[in-house]
Amino acid sequence: MLEKYTTYLQHPEKAAPLAVFRILFGGLMIFSTLRFVSQGWVNKYYIEPSFHFKYYGFEFVTAFGQYTYILYAITLLSAIGIALGYKYKTATILFFLSFTYCELIDKTYYLNHYYFVSIIGFLLIFLPANCYFSIDAYRNSKIAFRKIPRYNIFVIQLMLCVVYFYAGLAKINTDWLFKAMPLQIWLPSRYYLPVLGDLFQKEWMHYAMSWFGMLYDLAIPFLLLFKRTRVFGFVMVVIFHVLTRVLFPIGIFPYVMICATLIFFDASFHEKIISFFRRLFKIKFVENNTALYLIPNVKKKLLATLFITFFTFQLVLPFRYMVYPDELFWTEEGYRYSWRVMLIEKGGYVQYKIVNPKTGNWFYVDHNKFLTEYQQKQLRTQADLILEFAHFLEKHYKEKGIINPEVYVESYIALNGRLSQQFVNPTVDLTKVNESFSHKDWLLPFNDTIYGF
Amino acid sequence: MKYFRLIFPFILVCLSAIVWSCSDDDSVIESTEIFDRQAMLANWSDNIIIPAYQAFSTEVDALKSAVEAFETQPNEANLNTVRQEWEAAYIAWQNIAMFNIGPAETTFMRSFINTYPANVSSINTNISTGDYALQAANANDEQGFPALDYLLFGLADSDAQILEFYTSNVNSSKYITYLTELVNRINVIANQVVASWEGDYRDTFVNNSGAASNSSTNKLLNDWMFYYEVVFRNGKIGFPAGVFSEGSTLPQNVEAFYKKDLSKTLCLEALNAFQDFFNGEAFEGTTRGESLASYLHFLNTMKNGEDLSRIINNQFDLSRTAMSNLDDNFFNQINTNNNVMLVAFEELQASVVLLKSDMFSALSVAVEFESGDGD
Repeated sequence: MLEKYTTYLQHPEKAAPLAVFRILFGGLMIFSTLRFVSQGWVNKYYIEPSFHFKYYGFEFVTAFGQYTYILYAITLLSAIGIALGYKYKTATILFFLSFTYCELIDKTYYLNHYYFVSIIGFLLIFLPANCYFSIDAYRNSKIAFRKIPRYNIFVIQLMLCVVYFYAGLAKINTDWLFKAMPLQIWLPSRYYLPVLGDLFQKEWMHYAMSWFGMLYDLAIPFLLLFKRTRVFGFVMVVIFHVLTRVLFPIGIFPYVMICATLIFFDASFHEKIISFFRRLFKIKFVENNTALYLIPNVKKKLLATLFITFFTFQLVLPFRYMVYPDELFWTEEGYRYSWRVMLIEKGGYVQYKIVNPKTGNWFYVDHNKFLTEYQQKQLRTQADLILEFAHFLEKHYKEKGIINPEVYVESYIALNGRLSQQFVNPTVDLTKVNESFSHKDWLLPFNDTIYGF
Repeated sequence: MKYFRLIFPFILVCLSAIVWSCSDDDSVIESTEIFDRQAMLANWSDNIIIPAYQAFSTEVDALKSAVEAFETQPNEANLNTVRQEWEAAYIAWQNIAMFNIGPAETTFMRSFINTYPANVSSINTNISTGDYALQAANANDEQGFPALDYLLFGLADSDAQILEFYTSNVNSSKYITYLTELVNRINVIANQVVASWEGDYRDTFVNNSGAASNSSTNKLLNDWMFYYEVVFRNGKIGFPAGVFSEGSTLPQNVEAFYKKDLSKTLCLEALNAFQDFFNGEAFEGTTRGESLASYLHFLNTMKNGEDLSRIINNQFDLSRTAMSNLDDNFFNQINTNNNVMLVAFEELQASVVLLKSDMFSALSVAVEFESGDGD
């Protein structure tokens, strides 16, 4: 049984799909990096803010002022390297490190899309995507192959399946399916779209979109894996992502997914794309018809172990919310890195109160003095940010001369159309609470129940 | 494989659909089943914003003529007329302070007209040297109503002594000049803003009815919220009551500090104006048009949720009650019993939760200007 799978994964397949994936991914990352810089976001998100929300365990990651642009230059150059297949190994390592480093500077800007890009960057390090139609292959015929073991393509496909399927699982909850939330809030505000704008005012449409979204995410991996349904699946991918692009400000992610899912198609399709590139750029070089065979050695065993560990981690991590009590959408404990997208609409309000225990005097904090609008927006709804900022304020007011200041938070959250409910226990002095992976018992319990994944 | 030939045209069609849909298309859909944001914008501008600006402009004109009369005949009677007109114009201002959009934004109207506390030492220097530029951004606390407050009520303890600054003082002509220039400056800004709204800006405002971050609704609401939290709640009550200043009160930072007994009137006027805007109630009238309240009502009937607009109005009423318990003179109130100020602050605070968290979420208006990508 196991042997059947290993034979399948080792079997040499044409490398064209991986090469096309490399080129498209690299190209999109070039565009994405240029877009990020040209929008002024490097400055706005990383250089201007005086305070950054750190990932637990990555407190050492900091921005470098104006030099942060160097990180983006590295990302850009390495993305070019990936697209061209030039010094591929170095390029992928640098891309993964520089991109991930920037993401780690401030968790305010966490997006599943960026996490996805980091993951793909990581996987590419271990895949010989430069063996075909690349500068590396042109310069060094020893690494040029037409066929590579199938697992190299399979890991990307598997990752995409995980993303879609888990996004689908996450939609199986009572808010999404039986209240059509949060689409019921979001869709009516898109009233200005032609045709759709009218439809979005109808309640049945909110339910239809919710159920369709759930079924779509769960079905896509299977539609793409089977040859007979593949074209249909891809058409669905394009329709779905175009729709999300029209409805929500989600940057280049739809294009990333549309391009990435092409990897499910047969090699002949990708060879057509490559021959199109050859004609376009008048490239005469063609790889020898050689195949890279998997030779079982220690290195390959380590690689296999790495992939198995990695995917086990990917499959288990999204379920970590189960070890936490209370509602996931409320506490968001275990929410990140789980492909939970578009599931919650939260309105929030937060106000910090500093008490001087010696005099009993208290005052509110003007957040504008420390945080950007974007940071405040994320602060309003996320418990770990609330705690981190409380600790920052403790330090700040200690330096200002208050001995052992106490920090209390008054905060309210309106979740998926429910009325605002108090979020943080206002009687808990947050300076006495430490960040950890255990449940944040200083949050007030959610007074409703949402069933589902 | 023949499908593949179709894939590229298909992608092309889809991508052009994206481009087409994302190029801000503000076509208005005629339908009774959808909420017409444009009608709300029209109600705001035609029945609230423009009439309120016009009323303000009229009051400022009256203040200007009063100052001109005072300039020719600086006597007690004329001084009192100036004071009365100042008060009327200051009250009228409370109805438009929340609209920092379009011409008001580009002229920095709010900053120049009502930044307090007034910078008394700068004002005194300006008067004695005659060397100042009121257009400079950092001169915002040397002009507007707070500076006039000082010139009309704060120069000395008694009215007779104040009058002397404009009559027998060695610098009397300089005092009169500064007074006149301050009023003229308010007048110029007010005229500019009114002219713009009466001209092209009204249509620009109403036609920008999309839901993007730079649409009229989103821009106005974001600033409206900022006004409520920072300018209104903090400025009028929070800051002077010491809410943000580590326990020490700052009674000298109340609005209309030198006039003394006007702070509550201004505060209540601002609250009423704010609530009327929420309800879409016509300026100085009782008829209501499309508004945030009716928008919420529309959305609520769809989701069978709580009647948020009623909850919000109740909270405004509670704030008004808390505010009525305060002394006419906030300076006195803070010095005698600051706790009632804090109670009023908490009531105003409760509205922030309802507006910022519940209302913005229900309307799906992002509580931020240009933000990055989302998930």
